[in-house]
Amino acid sequence: MRKGTSRVGPDLVGHLHYWFSTTLFLIGLYGMLAGPHLVRKLMAMNVMQVGVITFFIAMSAKSGATAPIAIEHGPPLVAEAYINPLPHAMMLTAIVVSVSTTGVALALLIRIHRRYGTLEESELLDRLKE
Amino acid sequence: MTSHLPILIVVIPLVAAIMTPLVARMNVRAAQVLDTGVCLTVFLCATTALLRVLDTGPWHYELGGWAPPWGIEYVIDPLSAGMAMLVSFVATLVSIYADAQRRQLPEGRSGLFDSLFLLLVAGLLGIVVAGDMFNLYVFLEVASLAAYGLLSTGGTRAVVATFRYLLLGTIAASFYLLGVGYLYAMTGTLNMADLTTHVPTIVGTAPFGVAVTFIVLGLAIKMAVFPLHAWQPDAYAYAPAAVTGFMAAVMSKVSAYALFRILYFVLRAEGAAAQIISVMGWVAIAGAVAGSVMALAQTDVRRMLAYSSVSQMGFILFGFSLLNPDALTGALLHIVNHAVMKGCLFLAVGVIVWRTRAVTVNGFSGMSQRLPWTSAVFTLAALSMIGLPPTAGFFSKWYLLRGAVDASAWAFVATLVFSSLLSAVYFFRLIERMYFFTPSDEGVRRARLFEVPIGMLGPVVTLGAAVLLLGLLSHPIVVTVVRAALPEL
Repeated sequence: MRKGTSRVGPDLVGHLHYWFSTTLFLIGLYGMLAGPHLVRKLMAMNVMQVGVITFFIAMSAKSGATAPIAIEHGPPLVAEAYINPLPHAMMLTAIVVSVSTTGVALALLIRIHRRYGTLEESELLDRLKE
Repeated sequence: MTSHLPILIVVIPLVAAIMTPLVARMNVRAAQVLDTGVCLTVFLCATTALLRVLDTGPWHYELGGWAPPWGIEYVIDPLSAGMAMLVSFVATLVSIYADAQRRQLPEGRSGLFDSLFLLLVAGLLGIVVAGDMFNLYVFLEVASLAAYGLLSTGGTRAVVATFRYLLLGTIAASFYLLGVGYLYAMTGTLNMADLTTHVPTIVGTAPFGVAVTFIVLGLAIKMAVFPLHAWQPDAYAYAPAAVTGFMAAVMSKVSAYALFRILYFVLRAEGAAAQIISVMGWVAIAGAVAGSVMALAQTDVRRMLAYSSVSQMGFILFGFSLLNPDALTGALLHIVNHAVMKGCLFLAVGVIVWRTRAVTVNGFSGMSQRLPWTSAVFTLAALSMIGLPPTAGFFSKWYLLRGAVDASAWAFVATLVFSSLLSAVYFFRLIERMYFFTPSDEGVRRARLFEVPIGMLGPVVTLGAAVLLLGLLSHPIVVTVVRAALPEL
């Protein structure tokens, strides 16, 4: 981040949300690859997915516009006056996918814990060798 | 009814997936018949669709009557119809074969197994017919989630392997989604055909390169391309044979299809896409060699086959990377041929494991005396993997070789020959043991050892026959279907 702050202000501020989502994504990715515990890997996976979700949501942000509902006496019916709802709709789907993946993963973890009694990756690897 | 065929291909297995657990509560047998019947129906639908699009050109279906690019669109062209046929063909055979697997499940769970299987089929077919980048992501995840469930039915070791696959699969899907997000941010569209028209305006920009990289990376993990294949051998070795057979046959192929569709049809192999395609070629060479070498080092036959898949995926990827019609023909043909022969091999090994509990290369000694039919079909499919005429494997390798010579890609010519030689070594090692060694003590010799239920042997023999037929009919298949499925370059 130090490299970013040394640059001219407006450029960074204009892209701040991209820095945010990319950082989240990378933290998650690192946690999934390097985490020592399977539950931590799973939590890191969620952080990574939130990184993607915020990327899409930030993309559709617009100042001075409103929710895409056409009402009488409301804002004029031009595209500029409304927020693009499509990224939100897509991310609702992505959240559903993320929840189901987490559910399946937790079910798998319960079965691993029942059989091996641990979710620490190093201990698990030892027990798998037996 | 026929006007809604493109969506029926996805909806029929999806609805049946919800119905099977309910049907199985009343009658387990009926649920299995439903499972097979649905797969067969989809196969017939896909065949009808293929015949129609060969005649009249691509078939665009607007979901709910909303016109693209705003609405979701399904597109059936010779490529997607051919893939749908492949998926449903293998699915039909596997749903019959899975009978033995269903019996090993706890009481009352076989309906759920069928349900997951149909969800997987629906997801794969959805990827194939989707004409929309985000829809493709959704179906990719539907298929993956169903696959996690199916893989984990193979015992606790399988569960650990599945969890690893789940993490990697989710990384892959997130990369893909992020890549789609970049493309959407630049063009404001998700529709594949509409995106293609926007490509020339964004092709030189840096975000375009990032988007293509993310998408290719994501799909490459799903395809288990070397060096991103780490999840595959464990997942395949511990899962039930029917699941492994189906996934090894078609799941990685459908990801390969998605990659092909996006790189060539959507992005038109321009700019960053072209650069990535040439990098892919070198990765493919490394994968083809590394996969074969690692296959040679395995003692577990299922792991050997899994590594052999990594090597064969290298061939397919290399065919994609040479921008000439022969190589692309070879790659597409190899997708079909490899699906059939690898499915056949895994199912045959499944029969052997189920009957004799032998999983190692040594354990296969004298197998031809115990299970003559299975051994014969295994040998046929193995010869096809090596690439001996008149089996299917020879013809796809022949087209790949012609394409490589045309492009003067000598490194690949050498790789293809070397990798085929290595596969000859590891398969002949096995064939020799099966036919010329006396049976080892590994594996329990049980009463009625020679008998295998027709439900298991039938699909294996059918796939074996398909290996031969695809070889003998390879010329008409190439002329009528594969040529029609190639992109205009």
